[in-house]
Parts: sequence; structure tokens; C-alpha cells
Amino acid sequence: MTTTEPAVDTVGKAAETAEVEQPYGELGLKEDEYLRIREVLGRRPTQTELAMYSIMWSEHCSYKSSKVHLRQFGEKAPKSDRMLVGMGENAGVVDVGNGLAVTFKVESHNHPSFVEPYQGAATGVGGIVRDILTMGARPIAVMDSLRFGDAEHPDTRRVLPGIVAGVGGYGNSLGLPNIGGEVVFDPVYQGNPLVNALCVGVMPVDRIQTSASTGVGNVVVLLGAKTGRDGIGGVSVLASATFDADGPARRPSVQVGDPFAEKLLIESCLELFDRKLVVGIQDLGGAGLTCALTETAAAGKSGMRAYLERVPLREQTMEPQEILASESQERMLAIVTPENLPEVLALAEKWGVLATAIGEVTDGDRLVVSWNDEIVVDVPPASLADEGPVYERPLHRPADLDLVQADRAETLPRPSTVDELRSTLLTMAASPNLSSRSWVTEQYDRYVQGNTVLAQPDDTGMIRLDEETGAGIALATDANGRFARLDPYAGAQLAYAEAYRNVTVSGSTPIAVTNCLNFGSPEDPAVMWQFSEAVRGLADACQQLGTPVTGGNVSFYNQTGTQAIHPTPVVGMLGLIDDVARRTPTGFRSDGESIILLGATAEELSGSEWAWVTHGHLGGVPPKVDLDRERLLGEVLVAGSRDGLLSSAHDLSEGGLAQALVESVLRYDTGARVVLPEEWQEGTNPFVFLFSESAHRAIVTVPRSEELRFTEMCTARRLPWQRIGVVDAEAKALEIQDAFTVPLTELRKAHEGTLGRLFG
Amino acid sequence: MTARVGVVTFPGSLDDGDALRGIRLAGGEPVQLWHADADLKGVDAVVLPGGFSYGDYLRAGAIARFAPVMEKIVDAANGGMPVLGICNGFQVLCESHLLPGALTRNTHLHFRNRDQWLKVVNASTMWTQGYETAQEILIPVKNGEGCYVADERTLDMLESNGRVVFRYVRGNPNGSARDIAGITNERGNVVGLMPHPEHAVEELTGPSVDGLAIFTSVLQRLVTAR
Repeated sequence: MTTTEPAVDTVGKAAETAEVEQPYGELGLKEDEYLRIREVLGRRPTQTELAMYSIMWSEHCSYKSSKVHLRQFGEKAPKSDRMLVGMGENAGVVDVGNGLAVTFKVESHNHPSFVEPYQGAATGVGGIVRDILTMGARPIAVMDSLRFGDAEHPDTRRVLPGIVAGVGGYGNSLGLPNIGGEVVFDPVYQGNPLVNALCVGVMPVDRIQTSASTGVGNVVVLLGAKTGRDGIGGVSVLASATFDADGPARRPSVQVGDPFAEKLLIESCLELFDRKLVVGIQDLGGAGLTCALTETAAAGKSGMRAYLERVPLREQTMEPQEILASESQERMLAIVTPENLPEVLALAEKWGVLATAIGEVTDGDRLVVSWNDEIVVDVPPASLADEGPVYERPLHRPADLDLVQADRAETLPRPSTVDELRSTLLTMAASPNLSSRSWVTEQYDRYVQGNTVLAQPDDTGMIRLDEETGAGIALATDANGRFARLDPYAGAQLAYAEAYRNVTVSGSTPIAVTNCLNFGSPEDPAVMWQFSEAVRGLADACQQLGTPVTGGNVSFYNQTGTQAIHPTPVVGMLGLIDDVARRTPTGFRSDGESIILLGATAEELSGSEWAWVTHGHLGGVPPKVDLDRERLLGEVLVAGSRDGLLSSAHDLSEGGLAQALVESVLRYDTGARVVLPEEWQEGTNPFVFLFSESAHRAIVTVPRSEELRFTEMCTARRLPWQRIGVVDAEAKALEIQDAFTVPLTELRKAHEGTLGRLFG
Repeated sequence: MTARVGVVTFPGSLDDGDALRGIRLAGGEPVQLWHADADLKGVDAVVLPGGFSYGDYLRAGAIARFAPVMEKIVDAANGGMPVLGICNGFQVLCESHLLPGALTRNTHLHFRNRDQWLKVVNASTMWTQGYETAQEILIPVKNGEGCYVADERTLDMLESNGRVVFRYVRGNPNGSARDIAGITNERGNVVGLMPHPEHAVEELTGPSVDGLAIFTSVLQRLVTAR
């Protein structure tokens, strides 16, 4: 190394050199934000402090544009005795009875996955798993909600295989079953694919951990991987402002994951929790050590002293601001008492995990960080973690929305002959969004841990928590960007309703929500309006159906130029089931059972998959929302499961009844005969009945012996129902009576070939 | 009267809990073994479970074979103790030269998890005597490096000596030579297979309960041998 080390910018220097110009603009800070930092500190920030503020006050960390809206999730939160830890922590925790608590959260890793698909997606999984671990839980399953550009676009072929392999590679290596999610294609995500990863974990109630650093004199221990120059974003600007052009390169890079290191970190942390060896714990994710140090100190209302030269480094030439900003993966920060330190270090060694004491909890309220005896940071931690800027961004209903809503899909030409209807069914079944997901899901381990009761292609993932009692949880993630584009308030509620329904069709009762809100630039008033409407819709839905939001994530700036993605609020719903043996599976199986459609069908084609696939059309208003109907449907499905009345159930969503039938007959290679109800037989009504996307509907199969009991229950509860056909195991075909018949082999060929052909 | 069956946990083992459950459901006494302890705790048989031992770095199974516990297991296997290697465990057995051949990257280059039909070719090993010869069973496969390879002479030898234990039928999920899913050593006490019988032991969580007979086979053998 020939470069001479530049003198470090210390707190002392900063106090004496107020006039030094600092590159706050390049770091993404506005002038008034910079001035506020100077006001907080009573001097200019050091380079390292400036880097820390720029990261912690970024949109990603501070939620400065979303905060004023997200408050509704708290204000409108329904009362729930189950809530043990609410929003604001790494992940919410709910009480599921029998002394167990469940924590779950969904988070985005969109931009890194576009730049480097495999590592971006892999570290997205790694990050959310650490969030769950931080709460004290053993991670028990993951899900992934993925959105890509046009399926035929060459860049989708670049991005998708890597992202799928990355999600699989990391989760599989951790031994976490992947139990579901979504894969959606729409050109609006070209250049902005969405990778939202969900993790769920379970723990004894008394093992819940806190991130607060308390106890003066307690030791701050960094666990896990060495710190390198990965994931250093804006901080590289600082470096380039300091060095000549021929100094060492300071290119930021996407983080690189090492699932084996994470697996060992998980096992060692769980043993630390079980042996009650930590006072506080925090994962290192976005903003790395900066975030972990400031958040633990702020949460503990304590001071903290850290010594950066003690941090194990991959590259010895790293600068203090780089060490603090590094997003190297597979690291955790633990607060431990001095008495327990030797035991903590020994336990880490047993698992082959690096553990280093890098500081201590102090009196007062300052975070003081030194680098080789020079003080480079001296800040109030809360000013970074909790007291960042908050914006009330301007909102404006998109100028084109009236026009878009007036352009209804109900006016589009429809298939008018039975032949056209038959070929529409096959086209739809083979379309990228409705075709079989197995090319993707076969790359994920769904069996590991031996507790997976339901997984894709079921509507929901279900995990058994307790082998003795059979208690379990169900999880579903859903979103519909097209509906949200047409009406973000309704779109968010429809996503919520779909997730709610997917949980209830399995026989589980929804109890809590997590969300990942993917939007364009908050600086665009139209995007901000979409955001505010979506949050309002989701908060209202949670309030109405009694499922609090336990946490989540906002991802803004998903746009290329002025083209924002569709507003895409992804809703993750957690449900509970007393005994997983009572679950309702999907798929027709038993010959002669009645197929019953629950809920009401209307002519609702706007925003539908049919309008998109066959006409490339997006316009009109989304299907009508009636959350009380959703609740009623859910109650009937759960009661039907509990009383053993249902053999199978499947929700109706994208692709309508036709898609639900296709998936149900193919699941166990068992045919069905469908008889269109009288009022749906004339003209193009059969088409509407098959492809309308009216909300709050499901199909169930019921043994003949239980049919009367079940339909009487529906009638008594005033849930509309129609008997629409019968399972026909002999036929090996899907027959729409008086219209057409499709042999299962033909249907399977159409449905299962698409993704493999595009991406294999 | 039952038998004690050990399951080794290496750093990166993932299906160790599932193997322990399989042994328990089959009526055996599951015993956890730790990679760093050269101690078999008096078990009567050993299962090397699936996962990514040592992150599969270098080569799948290549580092695990040097674990202290492996030296004991190799000795015990050579002395006739029943040893089963599932997936990563199969890879470890090959790396330890208890079984011939090697497992390489799936020919289609993807990790693949699916419910797979197997034909039981040899129902007389210590781990398969509970099956019928030519019985077809449904067991999950899930691996990225499950393509069994060996030179032609070895493959011929395995076939002619009845050492092919399981064969993939109705489709080969990873490109394995001659559709080989599992093999045994000459004595029939060491068996390695890529599919996961421990994921097919309960109706609720597996595609079948066809995997249970692997564990009941060895337990029956051990108990009657006493």
C-alpha cells in the first residue's frame, strides 16, 4: 500500500473547523437537514458523523416520507390481547397460546436484486431472517413475493433465474422451508423487480428479546462475520471527496451472503437466548453498525462507547465511516454483562462464530466512537435513530386517473362462442401469471424441519408449531398492483381481503398483518397520494376485521425515470389453527363430491387478468370491496374446517372461477363437471361467470353426506352459495356442461409448460 | 426393547431433527451425536442427515468426512454397524469411501424439490428389509448436487452385485447414472440415498409414509439380532 493514510476527521477538529465544506448533498442530505445536524451537535459533524446521519436520515432508515401515514396502523389498530410486541421493533410478536409466541415480517430487497439478482435476493432472505432471530425466535419458514417485468423481456430472463436461485440458495441452506409467495409479471416492473421476503419464527413467550442496551458497564459484543466493504452506498462519496483520483477504489458493492455463516449465527444466538446470556440484541442489516449502535443505545436510553479498531475487518485499510456503514451480512450486536462475557465468547467459539467485545454501555446519552484513540463520533443516539426528519409530502390524485377509470374492461370484446371460450380458458391457464409456479417452487425446499403441512401450490403455507397439540399457523402474502393502480384504497383492501381469504380457506383464523409497501418516488405527489390512499385502505381494513399490523417495510423510489411501478402494497396475513390435522387442503380428490361456489359473482372484469392477457388492457375500477362479506366467508370456511364438512377449498382471485377450477382439477389429476347456474347461461354470461374477479369468493368441495348441513349453515348465515358441479374422478377432464370439455392432459400441458419454457 | 439410533449434527446439517423424528416415529430411541465429539454414545446405528455440512464448501461432504465423529463411524461401519446417509449424508459416505462413486451438480443445474417415485431394487439391506423388492415408493427429493456418477466398471459392479438399492422411476430428477437413487456396500449395512425418507413419515407433512420403513427396517434388524 503506497497511499498515505489521511488524518482522520475527529470531533476535536470538527469543533475547530466550522467552515469546512462538507458533501452533504452528494450524501443525499438536504441543506436544512444538514443545518439541523449542526444544530444538534453544536458544531459541524465529523466525516464519520455526517456519513451516519446521511444513512440514518435516509428514506430507507428514517421513513421520513411515510411516517405521518404509517401512524394510522397504530391509531386504527384494533384491540388485540395477542400483541406482545408492536410496530417499531425489528418485528412484531403475537401470542399464539400454549406459552408460544410468533413473530413475522416481510421486507423488500428490490434494488440490490435488480443489480445483482442472486446475491440481492439471497441477502434479502438473510436480512429478514436476522430480524426474526433478533426477537428471540427460531426462524421456521420463509415466503417470497416476487414481481418481474414482462415475462418475454430479455432482462426478465437475466433477473428472474438469479433471484429465484438466490431465494432458494439462501433459504435452503438455512434449513428454512419456503411455504409460499407470489410470482407476478407486469411490464411496469421492468427495471424495478420487487423482491419481498417474509420470515416467520416461533419462541417461548419468555424468550422475547429486546434491542435495548441497558446496564452501565455492560459489554457490546459484535457476533458473526468480519466487516468488509460490501454494501457501502453513499459513503463512498465521502471517500472520493477525501482521496485523489488515483487513491484506492471505493466502489460500493452489493452485499454478498454466506448462508452457512448465518446458520451458525442462528444456532449460537438461540443458545445465547436459551441460556439467558444477553441483555439486548440487534441484527446488523441496512446501515450496519451505525444502525445497530444507535438503535440499541436509543432504545436503552443509555450512552455507549465503541472502539472501531476492535472490529474484525476483511480489509485493513477501511476507514471509520466505512466500518460504521458497511452492510456486511451475517452479523449481530449483543449486549452482555461482564460476568457473562467469557461464557458468551466460549459459546460463540463452539459454533465457530467470531465474537468480539467492541465497546460498553455508558452513563449519559452520548454515543462516543473512537478509532485508534481518536474520537470520531460523539452524538446523541436518539437524534439518529428516532428524531430524524419527518415530511408531509404533497399529495395529488394522479391527473390521468379519471380517464383510466372511465376506460372500463367490461366494454372489451369477449369470447362469444364456446370454442372461443374454451381457447380463452387454455390461454389463460398458460399465461405467465396464471401458469403453474412449480418451475420456481421446485427450487425451494418445502420439507425441511418436517412441520410443513401446506405449501405452494396451496393457497396458504401452514406450519405445525407443536407435534403434541397439533397447533399451527398459516401464512399468506398477496398483492394486486393493477387493482391498486386503478384505486389504491380499494387495491390495498383487495390485497388484504385476498390474504385474509387465503388464510381462512385453510381453516385458519387471521390474527395479524405485516406489510411491504412498494411504491415509486415519494417526491412525486401522485405516487404519494397512491401511498396515502393504500395505507388508509389497509389500516381501515385491519381495523374493520380486527387484525393489527405488527410491522412491515416501505420501499419507495421503485421507478425508472418518471415511470413508477404500480402501487404494490403486499399484505402478509398470519392465521392460527388449533389442530393442523383439521386443515382444509386445496385440490379435488374424491369422486362425486359437490363443488360449491361461496360468495356472489358480478360482472367485474376491470383490472382482471383476462383484460390484461387478452387485451393488454388496464382500466376501469376494481371489484367492489365488502369486508364484512369477507369476514362472513372466513367464518364459514373456518367453521366448515373445524366441523370436518369440507374436503377442499380454494380462493377465487386472479383469473376468477376458471383459474380456481383449473388448479383444483390438476392438483390430484381429478376431473370435474361444472354446471353453469341458470342465470349465467345466456350470451356471454358463461364467460363472465368463469373469468370475473369479484372479490370475497371461494370454491369448496363437500362430501354428499355433509352437503345439506353445510349449505344450511351458509343459508343461515346469509352467505350466498351455488352448487356449481361435481368432482368426476373417472372423466379425467374439466367439463363445462353445455359448453366445452378440456382433457386434463391438454390442460396440464398448457398450464405447466410456461415458466420452464421461458426461464429453464 | 428397542434400539438406539444416532443422528450426527455437523455445522450446516439441516434435516437432523427430521431424522430424529423418523427414528422416534418408527419406535427407536433417537440419540443426538455432535460432529466434534469422537463419541458414538453407544448407539446401535447411525444416520448422517441431509443439509449443507460446512456450507458444502470445497465439495459437498468433503469437509465433514474429516470430523472427529466420522473416524468412529467409519470404523463402526467397517465393523458392520448399520449406517445410513441421506442426501448430504450420502455425499459424506462417498467422500469417506464407505460407498463408491460421487454426487455432482444436477444436470439441469437447478436445486430441485419434488415428490419422487422410487423403485426398491434391493430389499435385503439392513435399511430396506421392510420393503418388497420392486415396490414403488413416493419420497421427496431435494438437492442441488444429487447426480450420482461413477465409472462404468463401478456401475456394472454395483448392478451385478445387487448393490443398487433404489432407482428413480417415472422420471430422473437430477441426471443420476442409470437412474440410481441409492446404493449399499458389500455387506449391506451401509446405505446412501439422495431422496429423503425422513420427509415421508407422516401423512400430515409428507407426500406419503413410505419413508418410515427405512427406519423400521433397521430397528427390526437390530432388535432381532440381539
